[in-house]
Amino acid sequence: MIRVQREDFDSGAELARFSQGKTSVGGICLFVGLVRDYIGHDPAAGTPVQAMTLEHYPGMTERQLEAIEAEARKRWPLEDALVIHRYGRLEPGDRIVLVAASSAHRDAAFEACRFLIDWLKTKAPFWKVEHTQEGDAWVEAREADEDAAKRWE
Amino acid sequence: MKVLYFAWLKAKTGMAEEDIAPPAGTTTVGQLIEHLKTLSPGHAAAFETLSVVRVAVNQDYGGLDTPVKAGDEVAFFPPVTGG
Repeated sequence: MIRVQREDFDSGAELARFSQGKTSVGGICLFVGLVRDYIGHDPAAGTPVQAMTLEHYPGMTERQLEAIEAEARKRWPLEDALVIHRYGRLEPGDRIVLVAASSAHRDAAFEACRFLIDWLKTKAPFWKVEHTQEGDAWVEAREADEDAAKRWE
Repeated sequence: MKVLYFAWLKAKTGMAEEDIAPPAGTTTVGQLIEHLKTLSPGHAAAFETLSVVRVAVNQDYGGLDTPVKAGDEVAFFPPVTGG
């Protein structure tokens, strides 16, 4: 299941609903991405982020996320998969994305969850602009994200 | 055809979308870009460095050689940064 939305989601409620009534599920792996309050890898040296705005390509976003979910289901024996991605203005600490995978056994759940977020980062048409005291700056794609996605090719 | 721009390409061209009737003989994304670059200085700036521009034709990723025809939806945007 894919959801692209402006509004926040409740990670706990999503987790509870995800396996409700499915007694063949042996494990769930769930990842939640948040807005970090600085740019870069070093909190002390990084530029503070006041907020960010996520833009997306309505239509293509859903299409790409559905393709990513279908690919995960093809690769692993999943009971279920869930991707929720937000757009619009978000502040530090806000939830951006949730991906979850459930399976009879943990290996498939862990691997599929990692796959979903890695592929989403390089294939789903979202763009972040960070708002800082120095002005607005479009986030540039990271080579590390490309490398993470390539592991699954 | 409908041409869409996202992120900084939208800022540089000054528009989110436009209807384009490319010159006869325009059959690929690469040729379409050559036409778009002539529309305004903003368009020329948006397509100045093609290594940082991605394209989707009818919502599927493509490249400079991807065919385009009347009625297509062609979107230009930077490498994606979601998640």
